[in-house]
Amino acid sequence: MLNPYVALLMSFALCALVATIMVCASWILGPKHPTKTKLEIFETGNPPLGSLRGMRFPVKFYLTAILFIVFDIEVVFMYPWAVIFRQLGWAGLAEMAVFVAVLTVGLAYVWRVGALEWE
Amino acid sequence: MQQLADSLLQTGFLQGVPTEAGYALVIAFFAFVLLNFIMLIAGVTSWLERRVWARIQSRVGPNRVGPQGVIQWLADGIKNIMKEDIVPAEADRPLFKAAPYLAMMGFFATFAVIPFGDGLVVADLNVGVLYITAVTALVVVGILMAGWASNNKWALLGGIRSAAQIISYEIPAGIAVITVVLFTGSLSMQTIIRAQGWAPWDWFLFANPFLCIASFIFFVSALAEGNRTPFDLPEAESELVAGAFTEYSGLRNLLFFLVEWGNLYVIGALYTTMFLGGWQIPPITEQPVIQGALQFATFFAKSYFLVFVAMWIRGTLPRVRVDQLMTLCWKYLVPITFANLIGAMIWFVLFPNGLAIMRFAMFALGVAVTIYFFSRILFHLRRARPRLRLNPIS
Repeated sequence: MLNPYVALLMSFALCALVATIMVCASWILGPKHPTKTKLEIFETGNPPLGSLRGMRFPVKFYLTAILFIVFDIEVVFMYPWAVIFRQLGWAGLAEMAVFVAVLTVGLAYVWRVGALEWE
Repeated sequence: MQQLADSLLQTGFLQGVPTEAGYALVIAFFAFVLLNFIMLIAGVTSWLERRVWARIQSRVGPNRVGPQGVIQWLADGIKNIMKEDIVPAEADRPLFKAAPYLAMMGFFATFAVIPFGDGLVVADLNVGVLYITAVTALVVVGILMAGWASNNKWALLGGIRSAAQIISYEIPAGIAVITVVLFTGSLSMQTIIRAQGWAPWDWFLFANPFLCIASFIFFVSALAEGNRTPFDLPEAESELVAGAFTEYSGLRNLLFFLVEWGNLYVIGALYTTMFLGGWQIPPITEQPVIQGALQFATFFAKSYFLVFVAMWIRGTLPRVRVDQLMTLCWKYLVPITFANLIGAMIWFVLFPNGLAIMRFAMFALGVAVTIYFFSRILFHLRRARPRLRLNPIS
């Protein structure tokens, strides 16, 4: 009996190996003539304006990430519950209904506050 | 996989090799075959997708390389290998180079648990579904890394948009998966398939209304997670040049596209596993090899049909706006999936073994909808076809 995780590890390694071989093949076969213009970043043909390091981007992306963390952790809690739901019966249903109700209140609050608006 | 490895080792094919090493060799061989299979699938899908769109948009599409252009993908791949691998001077070199590998590994890792047949799976994990939701997140990291490391405004915007989109749609997709797990009581992909039957009315798609709704939500969310039209905002050509992949050229760019086309097949395979009965076929022969081949063919046909549906959607629907995308996810799909989950729970407690009458009713409804859909298509085709006039004067 072989541990299935060994198989996973092997497929990861194999995938990395094949990708590396492909990149190496490209490095050997492809031309290498870097010029100053070619190495510039692409900004629809204009000379690039400023650097991105330290550039700010809209806060709504952070907000989405925070919401994701909250809701996705809740979803992960549901997996073990769903696996043993057959044994839990009505009690499990009541507990999860309360849990989902609390989550829904959270979603309603987030909605009301306007965190889901995206313009 | 275990049985397959056992039977191979019993033939004396690997004599004198320790058992553990024998298993490892067999599994490495199957993983290698699988990798080649994926490359082939991704390539052929890229060709077929272009042909299908061309048909939908009244064009011809690639038809020069090989009969009907079937080996166009090979020509494209070779051409991409022969191109210069440009790393912009201001880019973050290590991150820029590592990003395609991460995306590629996150994508290939999902294939390790996809069951192509009874026992035809590289690793049948007991946490298979959870594992898939975990490793597909690696693709997000790859895309985000590519966007950040390029030091390009388009790429950064594309990268963070992609991340926001994928993580938002993980929630409805995850809850739709939980609905299935509820009815099987297991996270293993093989157990989920074994809980269904070969007949369409034994599939989870028709088991009850809640699973049917969950299947639609899963498909929509999976399309969004795979960055497919109508949700392909991260690489919207008209807005962001090429999104996170703007600075990539040659083979690294190809790796990202390999992930995209391969992910299409992953979507189809996951949907088939969870809702369409996977590789289940009626016991036709005693021959394990023929039976296995038929199972593989069944699984492949079902999942490739879904790939075709995704192509069809891409050829038909326009792209949504960013705010529409986020509204659809947070204001519609998330509340609907929560309500659906509650409904599924109540259904499961009331009828732990399912209702046969509901199965047949759902199946009949599905058949009726399909027939109606195709009759509409036929009607429109007949109406759109110009009437043949043999005599130009009349």
